[in-house]
Amino acid sequence: MSALDESGLAADTAAAQVDVRRVRRQRRAELFSAAIHSKTFLVGMAILLFWIFSALTWRWVVTNPQAVDPGATLASPSGDHWFGTDNLGRDVFARVIAGAAPVLTVAPLATLLGLFGGITIGLVTGFYRGWIDDIFSRIVDALLAFPLIIMAVLVLASLGRSPRNVILVIGIIFTPLIARTVRSTVLVEREREYVAAARLRGERGPRIMVVEILPNITAPILVEGTIRLGYAIFAATTLAFLGLGIQDPSPDWGLQIANGRAYLQVAWWMVLFPAAALATLVIGVNLVADGLRRAVEE
Amino acid sequence: MGRYLLRRLGLTLITLVLVSFAVFAAAEVLPGDVGRTILGPYASQQQVDQLNHQLGTDEPLVKRYVTWAGNFVRGDWGESPIQRVPVRPLVLERLKNSLILGAFALILIVPFSVALGVFSALNYGKALDRIISISGLSFVALPEFVVGVVVIVVFAVQLGWFPTTSQVPSADPVDIVRQCLLPCIPVMFVLFGYISRMARAGTIEALRSNYTRTAVLKGLPQRQVILRHVLRNSLLPTITVVSVQVGYLVGGLVVVETLFNYPGIGQLILTAATGHDLPVLEASVLMIALIYTASNLVADVVSALLNPRVRLAT
Repeated sequence: MSALDESGLAADTAAAQVDVRRVRRQRRAELFSAAIHSKTFLVGMAILLFWIFSALTWRWVVTNPQAVDPGATLASPSGDHWFGTDNLGRDVFARVIAGAAPVLTVAPLATLLGLFGGITIGLVTGFYRGWIDDIFSRIVDALLAFPLIIMAVLVLASLGRSPRNVILVIGIIFTPLIARTVRSTVLVEREREYVAAARLRGERGPRIMVVEILPNITAPILVEGTIRLGYAIFAATTLAFLGLGIQDPSPDWGLQIANGRAYLQVAWWMVLFPAAALATLVIGVNLVADGLRRAVEE
Repeated sequence: MGRYLLRRLGLTLITLVLVSFAVFAAAEVLPGDVGRTILGPYASQQQVDQLNHQLGTDEPLVKRYVTWAGNFVRGDWGESPIQRVPVRPLVLERLKNSLILGAFALILIVPFSVALGVFSALNYGKALDRIISISGLSFVALPEFVVGVVVIVVFAVQLGWFPTTSQVPSADPVDIVRQCLLPCIPVMFVLFGYISRMARAGTIEALRSNYTRTAVLKGLPQRQVILRHVLRNSLLPTITVVSVQVGYLVGGLVVVETLFNYPGIGQLILTAATGHDLPVLEASVLMIALIYTASNLVADVVSALLNPRVRLAT
């Protein structure tokens, strides 16, 4: 190959790369505008942002959620205590607002852990196929033969109850599920021309996976991540409710509901307000996920 | 068909053996010292070792698994070292209680969800379709204990129509509804979301197919097109989803039974796991895996019977 050809090839590659970046940017802009025009997405986002804001700023917005008012235990909602007080005289409104923080710490971290593992495994199994893929598929099938919450109960009962273990358990259970989604998109992408071109250029497997394929599957990964975040919130609060996750005196919503169960007859506000908070958060996340999914599919 | 059945049965058995080993390993390896858990922190190491030897927990894992699996198959499920009762009657009793709850939920919600899903698809894109889809989407997301406490507060505490905790119902239909309806509502919410979504998607696909167009064009009345051409194809995937949801149902029951203090197998698993009651834990989880794989098998066979493409293939 002459020097001229080679420089021409380099120029072509550079031009192609600029082109690829422009196409990707344009696609991202289209996705964004499709999402922003979806009512489902906007409503969900507004709810989600409200709870993220609460999780970040509750310290400066509400009274101390641990502060005890011994003169007003199990007080019904009033001007002093908007959502009433619990059995120790703690302000339920403050605890509901502050309760966004533990949920929105554990669930996103668990999701990120699952995404990291799932993307890695999904890329490798989808790209290389072969025996790695076969073994992985068998393991996933066996895992799915099990109610996830029972698996989490088994592991947490033996590992011990702490927020760290909850993150680990949910993240590890999510890994094969996310890997399955990533794998199926990689299976489609690996047959595309740009992958063949990268192979011809002499790029190695790991580089093709991370530099070529990964940027092209960010949209489905984003959707999967949002759906998983909803499940992570579901799972983390359920485990807290069962007494296997975050422990008292955390204002976690699942824990508040578990504690309020004994006072159902006299203080409905102890359970209904955290329940409503949790319901809006999970529905918000699901609406965002649905809006994103529709935007990606269009 | 016979060969298909046989192969399917073989695969189910292999899965069960794998699951049983996983259950055994998870339960026996992770918790650390069984003797220590039973005797507590103040017992001497010698006492702990002696108890471990009595229980056989100091033997190698594979040997213990073979003994346990052999006994299990022969119907000897051992005795609970915590509750001091034989495991088999306990687990089977709890399982029966949970089956009552699960069957009640499925019988009520499956026809309803399928009907609404199909209705939604027939009105594709209209306001009603959007409302059904969005509520299904939201119902799926709601944790069972959230829906559970809300129905308890409203229907049991405020209105007083139902008890706040549920017992095993007698054979009387009124009592069954009284005891089962509230605990079933949370899992029915989730089931509704999944099943109606699947029925809707299946119906939309069938409506867009060529055979439906042919049926319409050859002048069949709409009723007949929908009943004989659309539904027969669209409900096949729904059957599979229902069977997968049996697995979910068991997980959901752990939460609901705890919330309503109902003596089912979910509650048993939770107390056995937190109390390190290994024989009970292993037997109950294995029974659940058995039910789950059996329901998958039944779903496959039913959809094969309904689908000539599978039934006639050798």
